[in-house]
Amino acid sequence: MINAYSPRSVLLFVAPCLALLSWLGMPPLVHSATPEEIGLNIATAASDKDEGFGNFTATQVMVLRNKQGQESRRQLHVKVLEVADDGDKSLMLFDEPRDVKGTALLTHGHKQEADDQWLYLPALKRVKRISSSNKSGSFMGSEFSYEDLSTPEVEKFTYRYLRDEPCGDLTCTVTERFPVDKKASGYSRQVVWRDKDELRTWKVEYYDRKDAHLKTLTIGKYQQYLDKYWRAGEMNMVNHLTGKSTVLTWTDYQFRTKLKDRDFSKTGLKRAR
Amino acid sequence: MRGRGARYPVALTAIWLVAAIVAAEAHAEFEIVAQELSGRVSLEGRAFPETGIDPTHQRSYTTGFVVEPKLYLEEAEGSSFTLVPFFRYDSADSVRTHWDLREAYVLLFGELGEGEWEVRLGVDRVFWGVAESQHLVDIINQIDFLEHPNGEVKLGQPMVHVTWTGDWGALEFFGLPYHRPRIYPGQGGRLRFAGLVNRDQVEYESGAEEWHPDFAARYSHSFGPLDIGLSVFNGTSREASLICMPPACKLTGVSDVSNVWIPYYTQIRQFGLDAQLTLDAWLFKFEAMHRSGERNLLGREQEFVEEYMAAAVGASGFDDLAGTLREEEYMAAVVGGEYTFYSVFGSTADIGLLAEWNYDERGRRALPRRQPMTLDNDFFLGARFAFNDIQSTEITAAFLTDASRETRTLAVEFDRRLFDQWSLYAAANMILSIDPLDLQYVGRRDGFFEFHLEYNF
Repeated sequence: MINAYSPRSVLLFVAPCLALLSWLGMPPLVHSATPEEIGLNIATAASDKDEGFGNFTATQVMVLRNKQGQESRRQLHVKVLEVADDGDKSLMLFDEPRDVKGTALLTHGHKQEADDQWLYLPALKRVKRISSSNKSGSFMGSEFSYEDLSTPEVEKFTYRYLRDEPCGDLTCTVTERFPVDKKASGYSRQVVWRDKDELRTWKVEYYDRKDAHLKTLTIGKYQQYLDKYWRAGEMNMVNHLTGKSTVLTWTDYQFRTKLKDRDFSKTGLKRAR
Repeated sequence: MRGRGARYPVALTAIWLVAAIVAAEAHAEFEIVAQELSGRVSLEGRAFPETGIDPTHQRSYTTGFVVEPKLYLEEAEGSSFTLVPFFRYDSADSVRTHWDLREAYVLLFGELGEGEWEVRLGVDRVFWGVAESQHLVDIINQIDFLEHPNGEVKLGQPMVHVTWTGDWGALEFFGLPYHRPRIYPGQGGRLRFAGLVNRDQVEYESGAEEWHPDFAARYSHSFGPLDIGLSVFNGTSREASLICMPPACKLTGVSDVSNVWIPYYTQIRQFGLDAQLTLDAWLFKFEAMHRSGERNLLGREQEFVEEYMAAAVGASGFDDLAGTLREEEYMAAVVGGEYTFYSVFGSTADIGLLAEWNYDERGRRALPRRQPMTLDNDFFLGARFAFNDIQSTEITAAFLTDASRETRTLAVEFDRRLFDQWSLYAAANMILSIDPLDLQYVGRRDGFFEFHLEYNF
């Protein structure tokens, strides 16, 4: 399955084999791949590997911890629908804290242009179209930003492969990615560790606009679903500037549920739960 | 509840029977797969720094509480039943101590060709529109005027609500079999007219009175960054004309605290348009409506006085009095925008700035839409500070000024979570100045502070 990702359409025919060969360090067949090409190939291969999941639902629990060790809890559940040739559609439904229970966020992700987002406010039963440009803002007071939680679409970054290095028992490729729309991102760059076996992300370092090392995300407790799709069980985001951290735990993954496209409409948003 | 209020349960029962039969037909066997009880309890207080217009009855402070639980039941096919009763106790005003059925509906949905259908049957609340300073096109529900004069809180409305959704947008139809009259504060309550509004005598233009079947429809869709809604409403107005009829009301005008006014609801038709353009951190908003059938006393005072004199000697009745009112056809609009600065000064806080202009073709004959503002040529400036901290601290400020009159208000609100399930809300609703020509001049001393301590479960 090859998606019609227009900017790399030239690469598409040769991409599946060429891409993998080159980043695995095999001698290039046509020309020697630049670090930028290798980086893009890794991201594309990882994205292709996740294609075809259809839809899934999961529960997220966030534990927010400040410098003094005080904790606060957030709970939500998410529904994600894969969309062919465009970004995924998702619903985030808030369960805790109880004063925001019933609040829901609908996102229609896009590969090129800005995402579309609608917020449902249960007290007024109001659906409000909101700006999706708030990428860098904190998500529910946590150390995760909206940007950190959305799918990193291949097209929204440029890449540079740095090196291979051991990560635990695995070998990881280390790649930098740079946002295409610099205004829309809170970061100047991210450094991503992916294992070479399954292309799972194990660590991300976030650098702010002044290129200071702002946050580090470590990901673990991966499980495979439908014998194909790897999903993380735990994500730990540490803010080096403030000393605060957030642990995000994913549970109750369910793939290929009864979810349909219509559940991700504005009408669907009003009854989502 | 006395008078008209007592008929409401009858209306509900009728709607319920229909709902139950339809639901039972659609799903012969119910199997509840999910049930949930949530809601809120809130301890509240209001303090009015100035003495009201009726000091022998009105008090300067009031305390009370709100209970609003929510029950949700879902059966295997996804159909559900939602029940949200509401109760408020108010220490100063026995009328403000009130209950309401905010929601009690069955929700059914399914596929329809390429799209889907959805039916909501029962009592529900519906929101239309995009603006913040007023909800101009929003008309399905009566506002719960006892809760707050800003009209944000609404009474439950019995309805049959059918939605048909497709790639082309959403088309909604509303059948509204019963009218909920607006309930005005009682003798002990603040934020009322000088006089009282009769709850036992509610007059309607239609012979069917509150049972007049009202209809509404709305088409909405998103075209890229543009969200648009077109709506039409045909039926009983949600806004009453208040009529002074002998002997309970004397010709002493709006400032006489002993007068009792009769609310009169006419048949109206309203066409509405609401649109929002979302570009980066900008939201551009526009709402407009055209309404016909509303009645207005302003400008017909002389004719009214003559008819009143006749009524006082028994030579004419309510219909003659109501007949002197001018039948109006007018348009009104609100246009504005919102811009948000995210993560200001390197912090996690966001600052949103809002500005809107409200227009009403009737000008000085416009009736108050957001007490005490008439919103005929009024500017709204707002600011929202969201700190994005663990407690979700938020401060909002809303300033309204009448460009053609000396009426200005400022509301500042503070909201913060205390612990996981407790939160605190405080607000100052200030009347900075009020024009003596304004109908609301009698309420000039009704600025107030409000506190809520809320427990969510």
